[in-house]
Amino acid sequence: MKLKIKITWEIILLILIILVFVISSILSPYFLDIVNLLDNTTNFMEKGLISLAMAYIIISGNIDISVASNMGMTSAFMGVLHRAGTNIWICVLIGLLIATLGGFLNGYLIVRFRLPAIAITLGTYALYRGIAYILLQDTAVGIESESFMYLGQGYIGNTPIPFSLVVYIIFAFIFGFILHKTTLGRYIYATGNNEQACKFSGIPVEKIKIILFTLIGFMSGLGTIFLTSRLSSIRPDIGSGLELEVIATVVLGGVSILGGSGNMIGVVLSLFLLGYLTYSLNLLNIPSQVITIILGLLLVSTILISNFIEQRRKLVKS
Amino acid sequence: MTELDTMSGIKKDSNISRLREIGIIFPLFFFGLIIAIRNPYFVTWENIRYILLDASILNIVAIGEMMVILTGGIDLSVGSNLALTGMIVSMLYRDLPNLPVILAPILGIIIGGICGAINGLFVAKGRVIPIIATLSTMYIFRGLVYIISQGKWVNAHEMPEGYKLLTRVEVFGIPILIIYAFIVFLLFYYILNYKSIGRSIYAVGNNPQSAVYIGIDKTKVLFLVYLISGILSGLSGVLYTSRFASAESSAAVGFELSAISAVVIGGAKTTGGSGKIGGVVLGVLLLTMIVNGLNIMRISPFYKLALQGLMFLTAIVIDSLIAERTQKRYRRRS
Repeated sequence: MKLKIKITWEIILLILIILVFVISSILSPYFLDIVNLLDNTTNFMEKGLISLAMAYIIISGNIDISVASNMGMTSAFMGVLHRAGTNIWICVLIGLLIATLGGFLNGYLIVRFRLPAIAITLGTYALYRGIAYILLQDTAVGIESESFMYLGQGYIGNTPIPFSLVVYIIFAFIFGFILHKTTLGRYIYATGNNEQACKFSGIPVEKIKIILFTLIGFMSGLGTIFLTSRLSSIRPDIGSGLELEVIATVVLGGVSILGGSGNMIGVVLSLFLLGYLTYSLNLLNIPSQVITIILGLLLVSTILISNFIEQRRKLVKS
Repeated sequence: MTELDTMSGIKKDSNISRLREIGIIFPLFFFGLIIAIRNPYFVTWENIRYILLDASILNIVAIGEMMVILTGGIDLSVGSNLALTGMIVSMLYRDLPNLPVILAPILGIIIGGICGAINGLFVAKGRVIPIIATLSTMYIFRGLVYIISQGKWVNAHEMPEGYKLLTRVEVFGIPILIIYAFIVFLLFYYILNYKSIGRSIYAVGNNPQSAVYIGIDKTKVLFLVYLISGILSGLSGVLYTSRFASAESSAAVGFELSAISAVVIGGAKTTGGSGKIGGVVLGVLLLTMIVNGLNIMRISPFYKLALQGLMFLTAIVIDSLIAERTQKRYRRRS
């Protein structure tokens, strides 16, 4: 029964993707072009990278709304260092370190003070973005390194396949493998299903939480690097609002917001669904504010629908 | 709800919350003193009046936010709701300057109430977890402000005089904005402490399961708190645009963080069930005072956000430490 429903969810996603493709190609002659379609993936790869880790976080029954602010902080540190004349690759390394530390701090505070993830990450949502503003004020830093720009804008050899897409696919495989084939993966599901029971059965819940938050910090750092490379400029408000898109991607991918269920294939599919939906709306000249509204509505209605289905199933059973 | 929460809940009402409120008065005086030493202008009547005016609107929003947090939820959409309502009402007054001013707060309450009701439906009826529901509406409402206004402002000269006077009149030398805030405070103080619906809000936050067992309509209470939060944000939207004599699409960005911080600094638990309205007022005053102090000491306004986050984190960490300590004492005694 459960397996059947899981399969249907992914089939629904696939049908939606096909629908987006069909409707978009009818509405815009520019949509169905393999080079454009591949090229466009660069626009949502940073969301993709973070959504992989966010899937872990949400499956384990937590949430992290500080990811976009963490990106801002990371980006600001990189900007300040780069402006002071530091080599861009050293900036990248330090950026990764800072983002990872930002994630670790979330995890540590949640575990040490036994506070809900919502509360802590809401605090760091303000703190990290605030640090970005302190560091850069209202200035921007431009980057003019060809090799750095390759990360977010480059292609593999002479093919039209973007480098960032390849990185995303590799990470998606690794994350999927860990989640579905290793003990850690089973622990993540178990923690999301019943944390208390996990503690009693000897699963190191607190350690897992710290690992997961550190991991999403690292992935935010990686996302920041691809984003700054694509924009080739660093601003304190970089990526703001991205947390909504990342959470929407994960939830639309069939991960229950209450934790304990969902899988990686769904998250990958929903990333491409949302990414191409956004692309097609952009082609139709729909303003970004409207796109955000559509995303928000999509997120809420997905949860409403899945709650409704759940309720129905309970009614049928009883 | 873990066992930890229920255990600390036993002693909660006796000592801790009182201690917690006194706990805010300390930093209030401490920071006040530091700022005053750096710049004596801080303690002049003119400036204190200014702080109170600034605190008034935040206070109204924070009281609504507190209702939501008391049930264990959160409302991230208050800032966007404020901007949306403020924009709609001021555009209305720009186009229909002869509309009676007395209608403005009522319109604010209605529009804000609709926004709040949407949140309430999502959370109470649709059982969407509060942070996701209100994160979505935060972006939806903000997007609507941009669409409705097409990115344009409503400027001071486009607003009718009466609309601007709404927050500028003085009664017995007291600015009316402060009186509005005081009335809202008194009203909700009464409801929370002396009406059964107020006690139901605490009950739902403390233990939703047992609240249902003793016959509280959880769905109704949840819907109501989001409605109240929406109504108060909407009202604040009108007051905000009237006070600053302008409505813009990026008005009050981040206001939800200030409101939530004030509530949490004021001693409300993020998991719900405990918190006093007097604490919220103190939290609002502390936040406003520090922001004002930063301005007076000519510290870059860019420090504000980080400081707010830091204060928020400090408040929840201190609360957790207090709970930990009481729990230990409780264990030793039993």
